[in-house]
Amino acid sequence: MSHDPWVWVAAFLTLCIFSFLYKDNPFYRFAEHLLIGATLGYALPLVWKNIVTPKIIVPLQHHEYWLLIPLCLGLLYIARLIPKYAWLSRWPMAFALGTGSGIAIPLSLQAGIFKQMQGTMLTKAMLSPSITPTVHIIGNIVMFVGVITTLIYFYFSIKHTGTVGKVARIGVWYIMLAFGATFGYTVMARVSLLIGRFQFLLHDWLGVIK
Amino acid sequence: MRRAGPLKLCLIGGIVMIIQFFIPHRFSKNFFDEVVHWLIVCGVPALVIGYYSIFHVHWTKIRRKREGWGYSIIIFVAVIVVALIGFIWGVGENSVFMKIYQYMTMTMQATMFSLLGFYMASAAFRSFKARTPEATLLLIVALVVMFGRVPIGESVFIKLKLPNLVEWILMYPNMAAQRGIGLGVGLGIMATSLKIMLGIERGWLGGAGK
Repeated sequence: MSHDPWVWVAAFLTLCIFSFLYKDNPFYRFAEHLLIGATLGYALPLVWKNIVTPKIIVPLQHHEYWLLIPLCLGLLYIARLIPKYAWLSRWPMAFALGTGSGIAIPLSLQAGIFKQMQGTMLTKAMLSPSITPTVHIIGNIVMFVGVITTLIYFYFSIKHTGTVGKVARIGVWYIMLAFGATFGYTVMARVSLLIGRFQFLLHDWLGVIK
Repeated sequence: MRRAGPLKLCLIGGIVMIIQFFIPHRFSKNFFDEVVHWLIVCGVPALVIGYYSIFHVHWTKIRRKREGWGYSIIIFVAVIVVALIGFIWGVGENSVFMKIYQYMTMTMQATMFSLLGFYMASAAFRSFKARTPEATLLLIVALVVMFGRVPIGESVFIKLKLPNLVEWILMYPNMAAQRGIGLGVGLGIMATSLKIMLGIERGWLGGAGK
């Protein structure tokens, strides 16, 4: 059994949260609220150390006074708390949303659309048995068909009847397959976390398994 | 002015950032870095709103002695104690602050997520009845992915080469559907960003005066 008080704290909190499997109870609610509080408290010194000091205080000490412009703009967010002046908070939001949108449009065009299309297109080399193994050739064709049919399924400007309906149906099969894979993956991730917690309780805390 | 000004700033900010993307010059890159710096500085005061919001909710709960008000005190105590520890004793490795993170925050987060494993399994048991061919496909793929990722699956289905099959499923048909969905998301980001820039989407202006 561990002699480290931190391990005992962690074990107690782990058991508090697991107690929810029985039903909602004061131990679980205590841990739940402690988690929220500790997370909020954790963020403050880190924001101070990693953002406020290097990005605001140090540049201002080096006479980079133009940073007062975004700082003052940001302070207008606080006007949200005074109903009479709440409209002032639109200015920092406009700056963040406008520049954010301007950054997002070409980036999503490049990474979200062109790169994905490029990765889907079939080239001669991708279909040549002398260069690519058969299993990958089949895969490349499956991928091409899958992307097209999935896109057709999500194209709602035309009715999904006749040929379009049949193609969209293939798209549904692809989507269900992807959901199945994602679900399996997520469950596995959760199960490995669960194993990790049991390992902590039985090995680090109680020491009953090696 | 209360609405038109921020809308103009939003449009100009967006256009400037789009133009910047297409200028392959050092100055353009520096300008981009400076705008990102401004966005970070501008966003810091927004934290005040977030913290005010959560404190306001819980303070009201304590003041009016609503059900579970004692748990709200835990939030206040946790935020203050953890933040003070971080500010006074630092946030370096092996500090008390990092111990709190490792043995309290991370422990509770991991346990919370591992708890979801139980609920996902129970939800899957209730809802994953193979009623339609599509649901059957989802179920089969989920099981194949789960078994293919653990040593027991590899040894039981040795002839099927389950890990290779899982790899192929994830790499081709799964990726095809993810790409189809990703292309839609990319187009969606572009459309929404354009709507914000052009002032068609004005939800962010809120209701704080004309």
